[in-house]
Amino acid sequence: MSTRRLFERETFLAPLLLSPVAVYMVLMVGFPFAMAFVYSFSNVTVGNPDFHMTGFGNFTAVLGDPVFRKSLLNTFIFTFISIGLVLILSNMLSELLTRQFRAKWLIRFLIMMPWTAPIALGTIGYLWFLDSVFSPLDWLLRTWGLLGKPHALLGPMSNMYWLGQPGLAMASVILVHVWRLLPLATMIRIAGMNSIPREIIEAAQVDGAGYYRRLFHIVLPLLLPVISVTVLFSTLFTFTDMTVVWVLTKGGPPDHSTQVLASFAFLKGIQGGDLAQGAAISLFFFPVLAGVAAVVLRIAKKAVVT
Amino acid sequence: MANVQLIGIKKHFGGVKAVDGIDLEIKDGEFLALLGPSGSGKTTLMRLVAGLEEPTGGRIVIDGADVNDLAPRERGIAMVFQSYALYPHKTVFGNISFPLSVEKMPKAEMQKKAEWAAGLLGIGHLLDRMPSQISGGERQRVAIARALVRKPKVLLMDEPLSNLDAKVRHTAREELKLFQREINVTTIYVTHDQAEAMGLGDRIAVMHDGTIRQIGTPEAIYHDPANTFVAGFVGIPPMNFLEREGVVIGFRPEALLPAEAVPAEESMRLRFIVERVEDLGSHRLVYGTIGGTKVIANLFFRTPIAEGEERDFAVSNRDLRRFDLRTGERVRP
Repeated sequence: MSTRRLFERETFLAPLLLSPVAVYMVLMVGFPFAMAFVYSFSNVTVGNPDFHMTGFGNFTAVLGDPVFRKSLLNTFIFTFISIGLVLILSNMLSELLTRQFRAKWLIRFLIMMPWTAPIALGTIGYLWFLDSVFSPLDWLLRTWGLLGKPHALLGPMSNMYWLGQPGLAMASVILVHVWRLLPLATMIRIAGMNSIPREIIEAAQVDGAGYYRRLFHIVLPLLLPVISVTVLFSTLFTFTDMTVVWVLTKGGPPDHSTQVLASFAFLKGIQGGDLAQGAAISLFFFPVLAGVAAVVLRIAKKAVVT
Repeated sequence: MANVQLIGIKKHFGGVKAVDGIDLEIKDGEFLALLGPSGSGKTTLMRLVAGLEEPTGGRIVIDGADVNDLAPRERGIAMVFQSYALYPHKTVFGNISFPLSVEKMPKAEMQKKAEWAAGLLGIGHLLDRMPSQISGGERQRVAIARALVRKPKVLLMDEPLSNLDAKVRHTAREELKLFQREINVTTIYVTHDQAEAMGLGDRIAVMHDGTIRQIGTPEAIYHDPANTFVAGFVGIPPMNFLEREGVVIGFRPEALLPAEAVPAEESMRLRFIVERVEDLGSHRLVYGTIGGTKVIANLFFRTPIAEGEERDFAVSNRDLRRFDLRTGERVRP
């Protein structure tokens, strides 16, 4: 059979075209996942060639570790607050960007910026913004008299120490992460908004519904499939993210105030050399993310699409 | 129920004058059809009344009150959209009762009113269905029920029949008229279909280029057109025009008859060259020329006539209309 004929056969061509993806999935996703699974039941470390299975020892050790429990709690706080803020802010932004006004292109450009810059670089910019001594935010607050005077609203010290106080550090990490997720969420929201026929919104207007009633009774229910996709993606990005935390605080200030699962797994497994415990920590992602995916896909399927 | 007054209403989109100075009064309980070709400004005019567009100039008065600065919901109007614009995620009941739930009406009363509106349109058995599960004709009724449930002062309809297929459209038109008479609500009805406008309207306003070219009863619009635009736009096929002694003479295709069928005195004799005959069952359309100008005659189907024939035709004087050659406005003797 000539090569030409061979390429016309679906039974040959289909596997051929799919094979790069399949190879990629097996090597880059399947293999590391299997390794993590095996490691989490072993005693493997970076420096020691000794390898034998230890059963659930790593999991009990991890669950007993107060830092792990704190990281798990922090991850949920980080994820829920980030996603909540992203949903509210992307709703506001898409309302703004679907209206006509001067300099709209400028606003759109500025909002899309975080998307184009590498996350680590953007976050380094924030590192300077939130610096304990040279923060321009603190300078502004001092200029406005909100900081650094005896009876100032934010206290008499000359700096806020954004990344040095537990609550403020968590807030900073969340805000930077929201800044990074917002463009994608806004774009998805605008695309969804454009798919709602204008007459339906006008009908609601004529039927007497004010802005919030239209939003909660008409627009959001119709956007539900789109919003659930946003939530799915944002949750995946947020739950597994360590870039923002690692660049800004490395899990600090003490004691592990902004430590999340991803950064803690990295700290334990790579920096601490205990691969087995790092793998065990990472495996805690799996049930949570699988659960989120299942729930969101169910909502998307149930929702009526026009 | 209320009357509607439009005083010098204008709406410009940049350089485009969609509505260009319209004065109009719609009486209490009247059914006014806004008829015009696409782009004539009829939908914009309706949207101005609804409050979905802000006028560039002029005033809108509903029931004696200036509503220019009021939001759509404060104007006491209801609207049926061309696409019906039903809420796809709400049941038929949810759709019909939505305007009531906005008013925070008690559940029991809401139920009663929604059932009343649904019953009026014969869709009481569909209340639990979703819009995606009912037919086009039924969706249209749901849209009308939703518009009526609040008992609006003014009902606005934007080509509500245009998405229905031809058969359903005919019955829907008949029902619409009966039903509007029954509840007697002031109605503005936008359409580009003259059969709808003629059949439904108490009066018709013919629009062109953002202005009203004529307003009157269907009979007046058809038999007494105010200008060549109205004469040429209304009627299928449209009015024939001939130039004679410095004026435009117009006559309807059904007024152009074989000479022997028209009394010789008080009529205009014409030499008609027949080019093509179109048999349409109940009548036949005869295409030809008179003195080089194309004209159409609409004859009874038994009238003997053949293609290529040249015959004497005539139009009775009472069927002739005269228009100014330059402005196209009607010239009255």
